[in-house]
Amino acid sequence: MTAWPTPNEWGIVALSLKVSLLAVALTLPVAYALAWLLARRRFPGRIFLDAAVHLPLVLPPVVTGWVLLLLFGRTGPLGHWLEATTGLVLVFRWTGAALAAAVMALPLMVRAMRLSIEAVDRKLVGAARTLGATPWRAFLTITLPLSLPGVLAATMLGFARSLGEFGATITFASNIPGETRTLPLAIYTGLQVPGAEAAVTRLAIISVLLSVAALLASELLVRRSHGRRAHVL
Amino acid sequence: MSFDIALTYRAGEGTRNCTIRSDAKLVAITGPSGIGKTTLLNCIAGLHRPSVGHVRIGGTVLFDSAAGIDLPPERRRAGYVFQDLRLFPHRTVSANLAYGERADGGWMTRAEALEFLGITDLARRHPATLSGGEGKRVAIGRALLAAPKFLLLDEPLTSLDPARAEEILRLIERIRDELKLPTLLVSHAAAEVERLAGEVVVLG
Repeated sequence: MTAWPTPNEWGIVALSLKVSLLAVALTLPVAYALAWLLARRRFPGRIFLDAAVHLPLVLPPVVTGWVLLLLFGRTGPLGHWLEATTGLVLVFRWTGAALAAAVMALPLMVRAMRLSIEAVDRKLVGAARTLGATPWRAFLTITLPLSLPGVLAATMLGFARSLGEFGATITFASNIPGETRTLPLAIYTGLQVPGAEAAVTRLAIISVLLSVAALLASELLVRRSHGRRAHVL
Repeated sequence: MSFDIALTYRAGEGTRNCTIRSDAKLVAITGPSGIGKTTLLNCIAGLHRPSVGHVRIGGTVLFDSAAGIDLPPERRRAGYVFQDLRLFPHRTVSANLAYGERADGGWMTRAEALEFLGITDLARRHPATLSGGEGKRVAIGRALLAAPKFLLLDEPLTSLDPARAEEILRLIERIRDELKLPTLLVSHAAAEVERLAGEVVVLG
């Protein structure tokens, strides 16, 4: 039994963490803005926005990946524009894997955040306004801190979802060792090779450990923030 | 004129009309439950948009549908003591008091307010740990420290024991007589209205 993780396994884990961290960082502000809009505003087309946000949750991931390929491929409208203006190419790159994971994590994060924003009593925001707070200050001092437990839960959920992302990633970013071959893709690749059962088992165990760690961290963070809400500050 | 208010607004199932024209510093609003007394206060504070009408308090126009004036709540300078208090649950008593605190025009410092309202010992507590009476006093303190131009008191004496109620009554009298802050008081209690109000408006 070799020590673990081996350099190769460590590379896969590091890539998976890098992709998932970027995915969550990308999604966090977008998801919160969408969650706030859906929770607090009534506007024409709201139902369509709601549906669009949820689409990655119900579509086959491979379809989501294909749509990303159409949009962000080098000849796709957004991909072409990104490359022309910033030189950034997403397709077949680790950043593309992060985009795929971000899109797949978005609906889960929006749902968790939306629940926590809806749970903030709007009357408190009204009280803040009568005390001289602008809508923006009322948001920063009332809505945001009171919805923070949900934001933390959403972040960990999105992170765990990103770690496990497979279908959209392999479709959009492909399965390139060291670039887009994250843990699930490495496990899938191992399964295609005869005699790699031991390697697959090791990667699967790492995968389970990472997911459990993410779940525990989320639980701890939420407990801590609930505690803070009740006692400190 | 302290109050020049004429509003038509939606409350509950129906549409209400209310006219208040008075020079009294403290006007009491009474009427049966569900008649829209709290909604009227919300209209005056800018938390509920009336259909038509105007609100002028102490010469300042806060709302005038004909002139297209509708100040946002943060510019109306209302000292609104809500019936359900609406203390911020994630902030200590001290931080609740500090939320709207203004240096200009304040008539008491935070320390004086804590002392006067008998809540000095509560400064570090969170609202969830307060009794009804304690919470009420914190809510009154928070409204006063924002240096309001007028007060909206929605049933300010409910859930207070007789001794505290008497203190709050004296505080309201002092605000009326010394600060001469125009005050609208929503109340069911006849004795309270009798003692405090220069004029009584009955809704319904």
